[in-house]
Amino acid sequence: MKRVQFEHSAVPYLFVAPQILIISIFFLWPAAQALYQSFLLEDAFGMSSQFVWFRNFEDVLSSSSWSRSAIFTVVFSVLVSVLSIAISLFLAVRADEVIRGAKSYKTLLMWGYAIAPPVAGLLGNMLFNPLMGDLYFAFNSFGFEFNHIENANDAAFVVILIAVWKQVSVNFIFFLSGLQGIPKSVQEAATLDCKSPERRFWTITFPLLAPTTFFLLVINLTYAFFETFGIIDVSTKGAPGGSTATLVYKVYVDGFLGADMGGSAAQSVLLMIMVSILTVFQFRFIERKVHY
Amino acid sequence: MYQSKWRIFTNHAILILGALFMIMPVWIAFSSSSYTPEYIFQNGLQFWPGAHFFDNYGAILFDPSATKGRVTALEMLFNSMVLGLGFAIGKVIISMMAAYAIVYFRFKLAVPIFWVIFSTLLLPLEVRIVPSYEVVAGLGLLNTYTGLILPLIASATGTFFFRQFYRSVPDELLEAARLDGAGPIRFFIDILVPLSVTMIAAIFIIMFVVGWNQYLWPLLMTTDDQLYTIVIGIKQVYNSLYEGGQIPQFPKAFALTIMATIPPVLVVVVFQRMFVKGLVETEK
Repeated sequence: MKRVQFEHSAVPYLFVAPQILIISIFFLWPAAQALYQSFLLEDAFGMSSQFVWFRNFEDVLSSSSWSRSAIFTVVFSVLVSVLSIAISLFLAVRADEVIRGAKSYKTLLMWGYAIAPPVAGLLGNMLFNPLMGDLYFAFNSFGFEFNHIENANDAAFVVILIAVWKQVSVNFIFFLSGLQGIPKSVQEAATLDCKSPERRFWTITFPLLAPTTFFLLVINLTYAFFETFGIIDVSTKGAPGGSTATLVYKVYVDGFLGADMGGSAAQSVLLMIMVSILTVFQFRFIERKVHY
Repeated sequence: MYQSKWRIFTNHAILILGALFMIMPVWIAFSSSSYTPEYIFQNGLQFWPGAHFFDNYGAILFDPSATKGRVTALEMLFNSMVLGLGFAIGKVIISMMAAYAIVYFRFKLAVPIFWVIFSTLLLPLEVRIVPSYEVVAGLGLLNTYTGLILPLIASATGTFFFRQFYRSVPDELLEAARLDGAGPIRFFIDILVPLSVTMIAAIFIIMFVVGWNQYLWPLLMTTDDQLYTIVIGIKQVYNSLYEGGQIPQFPKAFALTIMATIPPVLVVVVFQRMFVKGLVETEK
């Protein structure tokens, strides 16, 4: 905090008032409602509801569709994070070395940040359309019998590919600026010590990028959890049979399309707990990094 | 630095492949958007642009029937612009003010207020989407710009960016300002805001893109197509592709996709330096 601060009674409250007002109405109130609803059971017509303690949670945790969705979410998030981080790190290392055209390459690889997840989903939808999708035809012409509409693994492949494609740019931006932050003297000393670029990468560059990589891992997991909603909703819609529905997508499907308010609220609360853990983890890490 | 010929060659080859990987899907959508629906239906996706570019884009920009609703793409672009700008402006102003109070003042409720603001980072809109919808519906804000924008501003990411930035501003500035007799409001408007201009611009650009690209919340909020943003509009057009036994209007759907993509991409590319600086420095 600041050594010198204003001591004034009314002004600080005036300045935080707009933020606190918006947070109270659109954050605290709905969050409290989610918590309250997760303990309620509505009848089939939504006319009355009764307090049922943890029954919604028991129902959610014991349902096979929730645990299947949870497993998919974990596998999906890990694969998307690891793949997109690996691809963008590979590209960033090359983009950092290259001299001619460095600026153009940078622009060509970072603009994807601006693409909305549902737009990415639609582009994937187009390329995998059984009527005309180039990738759909290409995979089948190699004899894969690729069918993402009926086969759960193929559908998961499509969603993961789109999610990775969308995320490469963000990771690339962070890695490139991380690489450019490594002092020239360190790089030159490394070049003198070992000629092989691969060894140089693993012994010098990668360890120096470890904080960036770790930070990106958290960012990517959060992205895979939440922001892929748009991708899933316009590509597979969780099909076939809910096998590509992440937990966030399931909250939406059960709450809005299925009108199971209590169950959906209980799922929301479970998600809140998971995100809280992830965020606290992230903040501890960031606070530690600030001390360096 | 020493680089072998082979290394230089593979560097370029890999980067070109990477760039193609990013651009190809958008390029194919763009090319295919300039044909007639019949042609695409019979011949599949196209790699080179065709002759119907102006017909297709003109139709969806100005003719409501081409977008399967009562709104044209032009109106959707306008709505997206309102959402992007409203979100960015609201977020910058509100979070600058809140961060100022937290960093520069000693007051009683500082700690609880900080924790309330912090807690919004724990729970993204996606996890409290159903109750948020009910609250906004209860306030009669469905299908309004206010209901569209305000709940999205409730997350406090911006406040943390500015808090981080203010803490890096030298204390001497405040001491000097106080010696000169400047009060807290004077100090904020005359010294701190002008000092934060680059920071404001960077956050504004990022927030504009984030706002423009919103999907889940506008999807639930806007049942009236007069308020569709372009991102929502594309989804509606894709949903109605196979209706009514007609030939699917793929080229128009692609054209809409391209138009949703161009504005945020332009912003990011044109303000690239500022955008990258903002992204890398604030998220750390």
